[in-house]
Amino acid sequence: MTFNYDEYIRPGKLPHIWCPGCAHGIVMKSIIRAIDRVGLEKDKTVIVSGIGCASRMPGYVDFNTLHTTHGRSLAFATGVKMADPELNVIAVAGDGDALAIGGNHFIHTCRRNIDITMIVFNNNIYGMTGGQFSPTTPHGRLASTTPYGNPDYAFDVVELSIGAGASYVSRSTAYHAIPLERQIADGIAHKGFSVIDALCTCPTTYGRRNKLGNATEMLMWFKDNTVGVKAAEKMPPEKLEGKILTGVFKKEEKPEYCDEYAKIIERVSAKG
Amino acid sequence: MSGKEVFYQGNEACAEGALYAGCRFFAGYPITPSTEVAEFLARRLPRVGGAFIQMEDEIAAMAAVIGASLVGKKSLTATSGPGYSLKMENLGYACIAEVPCVIVNVMRGGPSTGLPTGPSQSDVMQARWGTHGDHPAIALAPASVQEIFTETVRAFNISERLRTPVSLLTDEIIGHMRERIIIPPEGELEIWDRPRPTVPPEQYKPYDISEGIIPPMADFGSGYRYHVTGLNHDETGFPTNKPSLVQPEEERLMAKVTENLDILEKHEYTEKEGARIGVVSFGSSARSSRAAIGLAAEAGIKVDFLRLITLWPFPEDAAVQMADKVDTIIVPEMNLGQMIEEVQRSIAGRAEVVGVNRADGEPITPAQILDRIREVA
Ligand SMILES: Cc1ncc(C[n+]2csc(CCOP(=O)(O)OP(=O)(O)O)c2C)c(N)n1
Ligand code: SF4
Ligand SMILES: [Mg+2]
Repeated sequence: MTFNYDEYIRPGKLPHIWCPGCAHGIVMKSIIRAIDRVGLEKDKTVIVSGIGCASRMPGYVDFNTLHTTHGRSLAFATGVKMADPELNVIAVAGDGDALAIGGNHFIHTCRRNIDITMIVFNNNIYGMTGGQFSPTTPHGRLASTTPYGNPDYAFDVVELSIGAGASYVSRSTAYHAIPLERQIADGIAHKGFSVIDALCTCPTTYGRRNKLGNATEMLMWFKDNTVGVKAAEKMPPEKLEGKILTGVFKKEEKPEYCDEYAKIIERVSAKG
Repeated sequence: MSGKEVFYQGNEACAEGALYAGCRFFAGYPITPSTEVAEFLARRLPRVGGAFIQMEDEIAAMAAVIGASLVGKKSLTATSGPGYSLKMENLGYACIAEVPCVIVNVMRGGPSTGLPTGPSQSDVMQARWGTHGDHPAIALAPASVQEIFTETVRAFNISERLRTPVSLLTDEIIGHMRERIIIPPEGELEIWDRPRPTVPPEQYKPYDISEGIIPPMADFGSGYRYHVTGLNHDETGFPTNKPSLVQPEEERLMAKVTENLDILEKHEYTEKEGARIGVVSFGSSARSSRAAIGLAAEAGIKVDFLRLITLWPFPEDAAVQMADKVDTIIVPEMNLGQMIEEVQRSIAGRAEVVGVNRADGEPITPAQILDRIREVA
């Protein structure tokens, strides 16, 4: 049965601004299906973003939507969530937005373990501003600001999130739209801060410059170069060379920030 | 005023005033000399079912405050110079998205880390023009602990009614000074809330100005699903770059201030018959000014006094009224000359204008101001 997106897409807001072949739309659709799968009430769901191509996503979907400043989605989202912990809060961000300018907010939101689900649209580049390198651009790659190859090394979003204390951490790709949907649903249902590293593609400013093929070929690359984290456990190291691991890396029940704060309110409010 | 008598520090009075105004969310980042506002609210907010959070920096704190306000909570942040600089990014967001919130800046010396424990009034122009782009600005500058309380309430009221951020500028002197104040009983001071929609959700347009230039604001989560952005937007809240929509939006944001001077302007004009000298001051410098004017009177020199309580919008008419009467206007301020420029601009040559300036982390003394009064007398 094909999924009907109409209920979730705001009338009159399509076509979107994304380039033909951009994978951001695939991630958006996975998010919509995940929300539907979990059964979130539209009125009680807030989607927050920063600035960038990925961050335009909330404008297309029929929820309470908040398009903020570059990198700040999680900080705004934290205020929303604390003001009303009953709201379901989802943040979407590009890799630059989430991890460069928003890096500080990112690690502290992980540490706080507040019940927000963050989907990083990780295309390894600053798409919106025309292809400058980002914190996830691999070493040696070309970008408009690394014309001789990127001298920098990339963040691993999964390791970063785990290290900083997020309680649900997973990775999938735009090729693997169904597992991606499942992970997002899982992350939303999980109580605590969830990070889903959604690998996607920017054929326009990254693929072309690095000769990674057309939009389809870039997606197929994910198919051929990812290994599920469970399968990887049984594979010899040489077979894992150069492969990207996908799947759920961490799922831990631990105290959630708003719950902890609610306990404080309960304890002290009697004192007036 | 009846009410509860307390012996409060300015920063505590600010926090208490915020609670009185209905503030239920605070996000901040510690910085001297403002930290007591946060510490007070960390204790008190959970007791009234509100929430306090110490964020990772001031950018985040300002963002969280806006997020909470969108859910319908009156929200506050407090900081000082270096943090005020960091607030500016999202203060601009609050201007364009029209999200009520109050920002307290307990001013200290700058630029940069400057004088962390020394008083200053050097963020006057930052409060007007600190964030980029054309934008409305409202800043209040109380001069006593009691007034910090009442002006904090007024800051929330204005912010709510006009759907725009309001800065409360105090300084290290009045922020840390203790004075006996009265906390009025509930209901004695008027409390204003933001306009909320009266139409059903399907008819709601978040920036619909058919009923007036302040559009009703729905709480996130209340059934009115809408979009909020820092991009220029149309009445539905979605981005637009149509010149025919952008210019009116920009002008309307400014008009929220210029068309509401009746609720914004607040100052005290103390006149002496036949005075040829006037003083314009605000905040803790106004205290020294008042003392100096008293000393001058004893010496037989009459001086008019304009004490600004609202700094932005600047009360041009009051300055002109003074300039039309006196020969010389003295502007004492703890900086190297900021408000003086606004006085000069407003009065357009109608009187001489001279400053009394201090930027060494020490208060301006009444003697300094008296010296200047004698010089020009
Ligand atoms: C404070 C600030 N600095 C810089 C920019 C310019 N800018 C807009 S989007 C962007 C990067 C977007 O990259 P990413 O987050 O990876 O999203 P993508 O466009 O790739 O989806 C930058 C640098 C800005 N809007 N604000
Ligand atoms: S520039 Fe890249 S990220 Fe942005 S819409 Fe185009 S393909 Fe997508
Ligand atoms: Mg990107």
